[in-house]
Amino acid sequence: MKASYKYRQAFASGIGVNNPVFMQILGICSTLAVTNVLKNTVVMCAGLIFTTGLSNLTVSALRRYIPGRVRMMVETLIIAAWVILVDIALRAYLPDMSRQLGPYVGLIITNCIVMGRAEAYALSNPAGLSLVDGLSAGLGYSYVLLIIAFVRELLGSGSIWGYQVLGDWWVNWNIMVMAPGGFFMLALFIWVVKGSFLKEKPAAGAAGAQAGGAQKPVAQGAPAAAGVSAQGGGS
Amino acid sequence: MSGGLFTFGVFFAAIFTSNILLTNFLGMCSFLAVSREVKTSVGLGAAVIFVMAITSVLNWLIYYYVLVPLDIIYLRYIAFIIVIAAFVQLVEMIIERVSDTLYAALGIFLPLITVNCAILGASLFMVIREYTFLSSFAFGAGSGIGWALAIIAMAGIRTKLNIRSKVPYGLTGAGITLIIAGIMALAFMGFAGMINIT
Repeated sequence: MKASYKYRQAFASGIGVNNPVFMQILGICSTLAVTNVLKNTVVMCAGLIFTTGLSNLTVSALRRYIPGRVRMMVETLIIAAWVILVDIALRAYLPDMSRQLGPYVGLIITNCIVMGRAEAYALSNPAGLSLVDGLSAGLGYSYVLLIIAFVRELLGSGSIWGYQVLGDWWVNWNIMVMAPGGFFMLALFIWVVKGSFLKEKPAAGAAGAQAGGAQKPVAQGAPAAAGVSAQGGGS
Repeated sequence: MSGGLFTFGVFFAAIFTSNILLTNFLGMCSFLAVSREVKTSVGLGAAVIFVMAITSVLNWLIYYYVLVPLDIIYLRYIAFIIVIAAFVQLVEMIIERVSDTLYAALGIFLPLITVNCAILGASLFMVIREYTFLSSFAFGAGSGIGWALAIIAMAGIRTKLNIRSKVPYGLTGAGITLIIAGIMALAFMGFAGMINIT
């Protein structure tokens, strides 16, 4: 009973209160670039969920043997190994997709979410829970990007999953397919979510938000990455 | 285009027309987090330029003289990330020994750089686009300069923004930064007609 509750909690936190994208603004680097086409985003997100889950599992299983001083390096290598698997699988089964995604598959390695979860969660939790936590962080991240990709492809090319759904009357918003569209969409998404669901400290207002943001550099630095989850959970 | 001109073209394109941050979204995490003050942005930008230029060259050498002959190209991710991490570590140690002022200015940013997607991204782009040795150096340096330019400009804008502006609560922090980045990306698209290197 208790164990299953823990699993459920680990799963829910990544999707909801601890969602990596809008709570922690982590890891949008590599994947935002491919959100102009829904199909690419799905493949990329699948790769990311796979990598986050399994690298969390591996790091957690090895956590007693990883020396503290070099743990960042070890984690990176574990993540890189899983990403290589994703890359090879893509090249074997979806060669066209692999060519389109180009370097972005490899860049999952430096995606802050994968590293962040390994640092903040997998290093101090058992393997099963870490796997669930990784999968849920990946999923929480993916649905945000899928929504963004859906809107970008629909407005930018009038199509969904490559099929034309809007007729001749539709004039494509080219801007949505290009980089600025990605920035604007993500900003709008964060605005909607933060403005309507996360109004917990209105008294602190902008100042509070600034202070909260000031701690964000921590998210990048290794030693304090644990603080990220605490911060995300607290707010 | 012939050799020298092409190299210059790559350099120029990496800064302006295909800015690694504003068109490829690489290095967003540190961009959002550190673009709060101009001074720190300059420090991080300088560190990125330096590391990116050198690691592109190192990774080029590793790729064409080690990975390709041994036919283990699929290990390039691991090789590149090790090179980057080792190089950053080395630079940190050297700076610490040589100059205290430099260490105070750049040292704290170096650990951030290992996990900066833009560094690895530059190396991967360089391999995919099959640049020559010189072009990869130009591409690495150019991408670094482009990244630094973007983050410094953003820091300047955000400083102004903090002084007098009413940002809706939902947009504070990351939201408004992303919108500014979007507008910057639009502005940089104005360079697109000048040169086109893919």
